[in-house]
Amino acid sequence: MSDGRTTSPTFADVNRDVLRTLDPPGNLYFAWMCVVALLLAGFFAAWAGQVWWGMGMAGKRVPQMWAMYITTFVFWIGIGHAGTLISAILYLFRARWRTSIYRAAEAMTIFAVMTAGLFPLIHAGRMWFAYFLLPYPNQRDLWPNFRSPLVWDVFAISTYLSISTVFFIVGLVPDIAALRDASRGWRRRIYAMLALGWEGADTQWRHYRRAYGLLASLATPLVLSVHSVVSWDFAMALVPGWHSTLFAPFFVDGAIFSGFAMVLILALPMRHFFRLHAYIQEKHLDAMGKLILVTGLVLTYFYLCEIFTSLYSGEHIEKASLFWKVTANYAWALWTMYFCNCVAPLVLFWRRARTSPVVLYIVSILVLIGMWFERFNIIVPSLGHDFYPYTWGIYYPSPTDTMIVIGSFSFFFLLFLGFIKVMPSLSIVEVKETIPPPVRDRAHGH
Amino acid sequence: MATETILGVFAHVDTTVRALEELRARGYHDLTVYTPLPVHEIEEVLERDRPVSRVRLFTLIGGLTGIASAFILTIWSSLVWGQVTGGKYLQLVPGGIIGSSLPPFFIIAFELMVLFGGLATVIGLIVLGRLPRFRQSPAFDPRFTNDRFGVAIHCAPERAGAVHELLRAAGAEEITAR
Repeated sequence: MSDGRTTSPTFADVNRDVLRTLDPPGNLYFAWMCVVALLLAGFFAAWAGQVWWGMGMAGKRVPQMWAMYITTFVFWIGIGHAGTLISAILYLFRARWRTSIYRAAEAMTIFAVMTAGLFPLIHAGRMWFAYFLLPYPNQRDLWPNFRSPLVWDVFAISTYLSISTVFFIVGLVPDIAALRDASRGWRRRIYAMLALGWEGADTQWRHYRRAYGLLASLATPLVLSVHSVVSWDFAMALVPGWHSTLFAPFFVDGAIFSGFAMVLILALPMRHFFRLHAYIQEKHLDAMGKLILVTGLVLTYFYLCEIFTSLYSGEHIEKASLFWKVTANYAWALWTMYFCNCVAPLVLFWRRARTSPVVLYIVSILVLIGMWFERFNIIVPSLGHDFYPYTWGIYYPSPTDTMIVIGSFSFFFLLFLGFIKVMPSLSIVEVKETIPPPVRDRAHGH
Repeated sequence: MATETILGVFAHVDTTVRALEELRARGYHDLTVYTPLPVHEIEEVLERDRPVSRVRLFTLIGGLTGIASAFILTIWSSLVWGQVTGGKYLQLVPGGIIGSSLPPFFIIAFELMVLFGGLATVIGLIVLGRLPRFRQSPAFDPRFTNDRFGVAIHCAPERAGAVHELLRAAGAEEITAR
């Protein structure tokens, strides 16, 4: 998949190649946009139907009150992990391969968390009361219960969205300045406004660098905390299959695993259609493949731990819950998950698989399917088979919630497809940092 | 005192660094360097006699404010609305506050520390970097966000000739007075 370029690009090449990605899009782009828009229309229609006729439209019946909405919510929050992991943790570790994918991954993070944010609203039914979650002064002195993991979740996710967005915008400013200086007319005026008058002066860079490092240091524990807090939504409850200290690291690892799969799903077509082979090279694919492999193996270990803990617990209910998951109504979902998350990534042990876009793409799709089913398997079978037989229940997806889940993907892709045509999806500044700076006298150089 | 701005445009990092070293040696300290990316070698010359950026002070104050406000919010609202959940409560009785529900509040404190710290860092960047700027600096050139480095020296008009000569000797590909 090399396009025959052997020499490393120059600074001017980087500007030119990144600006090229903002050229007016072709028919294929519009065709995709049409598909996405149609699905999104279906999404809003389904949501409107649910608001009008009630939550029963979404197949919600006791005890299956979480079902696909919370499954998909956790799925999207998980996807949102890779971006800030790449931009904060890998930045602090000076992993240079991150530079060519980090912008797309950060955009992905923000859009994924925005998509996830829809689900608590959809799931709440009367979403116009969503502000009840926020601590605001009111006449009855009612305050959120800060001992509830659901309130921690509100704080964790809104902080994560805010800090990721701030981090993303700070990273964009010098690049928007480059766009400003290369464009004309009304585009120039818009970019000039967004660039905040950035000029790349030493007095700006010195504060910028320090601020960026500090933001990365603040975002690093945040990345690990968000999915830990999401996992406590489950682990703090007594439901068999949920009540486990394993959940926080298990969720964080799974989130990174699925996040990298989504990064590949977005980066591989970008590399192909924008001809970015000089920037997203085989070594970048290789590094991402390795990360998927490692997190997949860790996840397999967690699955084994989960089974072992349950069997060794001596708790009859825990063992019954596990046995039911593995053998009964939702066994197909469990085995799909084991195949997609534990077996499929093993192909990445081969270097040729890690550098083949086709193999990586297929593995990434399987990983996303597997990780969606992981959340499904945590929520639906656990709630459907807890302590007393009279509280057991089976959940069947309805057309409404299926449409909303599918439509959430169109919401995400609409934002991402829009983004790559108005903003640099490759960081101009950071890519320049990885290529050797222009030097006139090699002998006197550094 | 009237000053003149001489701008040297460089295509290479090493020539830019050479010019900066020369300027420093001759005692020119009032200068602005434009680069398309942060360059370690250039920063190394410029930062030699400068204090560390004060952005970190903003972060610290923001983070501490976040922790404090989180504890104030959680403890105060628990006292105002004294519900008992999971056997945990906080209550105001004669002699002080009783109860045992502090640990979960650390999670809120952590989140607000990161939130306030991050936002304060950006405010620090905006304040210290003097952003946003609505008028372009006279010495700025659009090439400085692409592949050229600029050194702008603000000096007395009678020294302009010397600066001109210095930049040329260092390897500037273009020198203009702005």
